Amino acid sequence: MDPILKVIDLQVSYYTDAGRATALAGATFSLNPGEKLGLVGESGSGKSTMALAMVRMIKPPGRIEAGQVLVDGVNLTALSEKEMLQARLSKIAYIPQGAMNSLNPVTRIGSQMTDAVRAHDRGASKTSIDDRCRLALESVDLKPGVAQMYAHELSGGMKQRVCIAIGILLKPKVIICDEPTSALDVVTQRQVMETIDRVKDQIGAAVILIGHDMGLMAQFVDKVAVMYAGRLMEVSTVSQMFTDPIHPYAKALISSLPRLDNKGVFQGIPGLAPSLLRLPSGCPFHPRCSQAMDICRTDIPPSVTLPGERAVLCHLFSEKVQL
Amino acid sequence: MTHLLELKNVSKVYSRGLLSKIATTALADISLTLESDKPTIMTVAGESGSGKTTLAMLLLGFITPTTGQIFYKGEDISQLRGAERMTYRREVQAVFQDPFAVFNPFYTVDHLLTVPINRFKLAKSKKEARGIMTDTLEAVGLHPDDVLGKFPHQLSGGQRQRINVARALVLRPKLLVADEPVSMVDASLRASILDTLRGLQRDYGVSIIYITHDLTTAYHIAKSIIVLYRGNVMEVGDVDTIIKDPQHPYTRLLIDSIPWPDLSRRWGETEIKAKESDISDHGTGCKFLARCPFAMDPCQNPPPLFRLSEYHAASCYQYEEQPGLPADQLSSVLPV
Amino acid sequence: MTTAAISQPDVLRPGRFTLVLRYLRRNLGLVLGLLIVLGLMVFTVHGLLTVDPKGAYPLAVRPKLPPSLQHPFGTDFFGRDLYSAMVVGLWQTALIGIIAGTLGTTIGVVLGFTAAYFGGIFDTTIKGICQILTPIPAFLIQVIIAGSIDKREVTIYTMAFIVLLFSWMGPTLVIRSQVLSMKERQFVLVSKLSGMGDIGIIFQEILPNLLPFIAAALVGQVFASMFASFYLAVLGLGPLREPLLGNIIWAAQSQGAFFNGWWWWPLIPAGAMVLILFSLALINMGLDELANPRIRRTE
Repeated sequence: MDPILKVIDLQVSYYTDAGRATALAGATFSLNPGEKLGLVGESGSGKSTMALAMVRMIKPPGRIEAGQVLVDGVNLTALSEKEMLQARLSKIAYIPQGAMNSLNPVTRIGSQMTDAVRAHDRGASKTSIDDRCRLALESVDLKPGVAQMYAHELSGGMKQRVCIAIGILLKPKVIICDEPTSALDVVTQRQVMETIDRVKDQIGAAVILIGHDMGLMAQFVDKVAVMYAGRLMEVSTVSQMFTDPIHPYAKALISSLPRLDNKGVFQGIPGLAPSLLRLPSGCPFHPRCSQAMDICRTDIPPSVTLPGERAVLCHLFSEKVQL
Repeated sequence: MTHLLELKNVSKVYSRGLLSKIATTALADISLTLESDKPTIMTVAGESGSGKTTLAMLLLGFITPTTGQIFYKGEDISQLRGAERMTYRREVQAVFQDPFAVFNPFYTVDHLLTVPINRFKLAKSKKEARGIMTDTLEAVGLHPDDVLGKFPHQLSGGQRQRINVARALVLRPKLLVADEPVSMVDASLRASILDTLRGLQRDYGVSIIYITHDLTTAYHIAKSIIVLYRGNVMEVGDVDTIIKDPQHPYTRLLIDSIPWPDLSRRWGETEIKAKESDISDHGTGCKFLARCPFAMDPCQNPPPLFRLSEYHAASCYQYEEQPGLPADQLSSVLPV
Repeated sequence: MTTAAISQPDVLRPGRFTLVLRYLRRNLGLVLGLLIVLGLMVFTVHGLLTVDPKGAYPLAVRPKLPPSLQHPFGTDFFGRDLYSAMVVGLWQTALIGIIAGTLGTTIGVVLGFTAAYFGGIFDTTIKGICQILTPIPAFLIQVIIAGSIDKREVTIYTMAFIVLLFSWMGPTLVIRSQVLSMKERQFVLVSKLSGMGDIGIIFQEILPNLLPFIAAALVGQVFASMFASFYLAVLGLGPLREPLLGNIIWAAQSQGAFFNGWWWWPLIPAGAMVLILFSLALINMGLDELANPRIRRTE
C-alpha cells in the first residue's frame, strides 16, 4: 500500500528580531490511508509548526525553508497560492487548537459549512451542498437540525464535532487535529475521539493527532512520533512506544507517566527544553540525556530506520557508534 | 475542639430571568468538616458544571452561599470583620489554574510576592522581605536568581505556577484551595509541581483541597475524594478504593473514559448511554438519571448517601441495602 | 549527566534602542506624523521666543501685503502680521487643546473608574448621563452656546470650556469599559487574596495597565479639542481679536480674501490646520499598526 502522506525533510524557520529560530529542523515521515499518527512533544517542540507547515499556513516572520509534503502524490509545497487554497480542505484538512471557539458567532452553523463548500466549488447546487452538510453532520453524530443553530447554543463537545464535520466536508485524504479535546471533559473527549475514529473509517483518511496527553495517544493512535526542539526523535508503533521506547527522551517521557501501580512516585525530566534561538550543539537533547556521549555534543545524530517501521534520531543507534 | 473548616448545609443557587425565574443549582446541600490538627489532601473531582469551582469560590469567601453557613475556626466567614477577617484571608489561600493570568503584566513577578508580604506586614525591612521571598522560592523548587526581577512572559509555565504556589506559601496558610493547578502546565512538569504541593502538607501542615477533573493526578496526590456531578455528591471516600473500584455509575463512567497511558487498559468498556448535550430534562430525581444505565423507579427521587464501607459511600439506590449516611456526616467517611 | 534548571540568558536580544529604530524604519507613517508635529512645535516655540506677539493683533502693521522678507506670511486686511499671527494662533489652539483635552481625560478617568469599579448606583448614573448626552449633536449645542455669549466675553478659556462640555463622555465610557473588563481578571482576584483593598487594587493593579489607553485617550482628546475650537472659530464664534487659526480664516472669508487677491491670508492658516490633521491621521495609522500585530509588516 502506498503511503497517502509523505513528508520529506520539512524545515521551517522563524526570523525574529532576536535572530533566527529553527522551529522544524528536517522532519521526515509517512502515513498510510486509514492510519493514525500521534505527534507528541512539550510546548515549543515544533508540533503545531509541523501542522501549519503541512497546510502552508506559516505566516511571516516564519518561512518554509525546504522540504516536500506529498499528499496523494501531489507536492503541496510546490503549489501556487490558488492551487493550495483548493487543496486545503479537499486534500488535507486542519482543525486547529481552539477551533470550537473560532466558529463565527453571528452566523448559523449551516451557513458556515456552506461557505466552506462554496469556497471550493462555486458552481455547486444548493441541494448538493445541503446534502454534503447533512451527511457530514450525521457522520459526527449530530442531528441535521444543528445546521440551523448558532455556535453559542451548542455545548463544547458539540462545537468540536461541528469543527470535525467542517473538516470532513470535502472528504480530505489527511486530517490534522491539533489538541481537539483539550478543553473538553473526559467523557466528552472519549465521544469526540470515537467520532474521529468512525469518520476516518468512513472516508478512508489518515489522521494526525497533535497533543501532549500520552494517555490519549495510547488509546487512540497507531503510530507515535515524539518531537523535541524541532526534530522527530522517535517514530514507533503505539505498542512499541509504550512498552519499549528506545530514544532516551521517549524513555524518560514514558517513565514519567502516572500509572495505577506507582502511586506517589513522581519522575519528571530534569532541566528545561532549549530555546529555539539557541539550540545546543549536536543533539538538542544532550544536556538532559542520561546516556549522552561525547559525539552527542558535537554531531547531530542521523535518523536511523530500524526493523518494524521504527525511526530514531540518536547516536546510540547509528552504525558509527556500534562497537 | 473547633474544626478548621466547617460547611453546614451549604448550597448555591443562581436564578436568572426577570419574570419567570430559572434556577440553576450550582451546588446542592453539602456539609463538610476539616480538622486543624490533621492536615490532609482532599480531592473534589468533577467535570465542568459539577460545582467544584463554585465550592472553591465559596471557601475563599468570594461568593456567598444561598443556604447554609461556612465556618472558619468556628466563626461564620460572612460575619468576619477587621483583624479576624485579615486572619481568615491570610490562612485560607488559593492556587489557580492559569499560571499566566495571575500575574499583572505591568510588574515583574516579584510583585506577586511583595504584595502579600506588605499587606500582612510579614517583614520589617526590605532585606527581610527579600529573605522571605528567597526562602519561599527555594522551598517550591526554584532558584531565586532565575526568577526574581523577571517579567512573567520571560518564564516558563512551570516556573510561573511554582511562583503561584510560593505566593500562597509566603502567608503560611492553614488551608489551600488548589483549583486545577496543573492542568495548564506541560505534562512533564506536572509531577514535580504536585510533589511540591504534597510537600506543603507534609512539611508545613497545610490542608489542601485539590480541585480537578483529572482523576489520574488526584489519585497520586490525595487521600480522600468527593465526586461531584451537577452540584451533587455522587461518591465519597478513600481515593484508592474509589478509583480502583468505583461503585457509582457516574464514577464508573468517568474512570472508564480516562485515557490511561496503558495499552492493557482500554477505555470505553462502559457504553455512553446518552450524550450530555441531548439532555433537556433537568428533573427533580437523581441528577445522573438520564445517563444512567441502571436507572430504576426509585431514582425519580434524589438518592441519599449509602455507606458501603468505613471509607466509602455512594449516592445510588443500587446500594439501598446499605446503611444510610446523613448528609451532615459526610466527613466521617473521609480518611485523613 | 543531567543538569538541574538551566536558565535562559537573553544574550541574543539586541538592545531596546536598536529594536525601536528598526521598527521605525518599517513604520514610516508614524515617523512622518511625528516629524510634522515636531516641526509645528519647533515653529511655535521658536516663534514665541523671537516674534513680537503684538504683531498678531490688528492695526500692528501695514495691511494687505503679500509675503515678503519682512513679513514672511504677508499681512491681512486688519493689519496683522500673519507670521506672528500663526505663531500666537498655533500656541493658543494648542493651549485650548491641552486644557480641554487634559481636563476631559481626567474627568473620564475619575468617572470611568468610579462607575466601573464601584458599580451600582454610580455606574447607573454615570453611564446614564453619558449615554443620554452622547447622541446629542454637540456641534449644534456648542454653536448655540457660543452664539449666545456676548462677543466681548469670549476668550480662549471660554472656548476651551465649551469644547470640554461635550467631550468628556468619550473617555469616560472608554475607561469604564476597560476597567470593567480588567476588574474581572485573575490578577485582581489574586490581589484580593493577598490582602489588597479596593484603593490598592485601583491604583496599583488596574491603573498602571490602563496607562496606554489613557495616553491614547489624551492624545485623541487634545486633537479633537483643537479641531472643535477650529470649527467654532471658522464660524465666527471664537474670540475674534485673538489670532486663532479659525478666526483668521473666518475673517478672510468675510472680507472676500480670494476675490480680492489676498490668497495668502486664508491659505496659510488652512495649510497649518491641514498639517495638524494630517499628522494626527498618520500617527493614528502608525499606532494602529503598532498595536495590532496582525497588520504589522515584518522585515
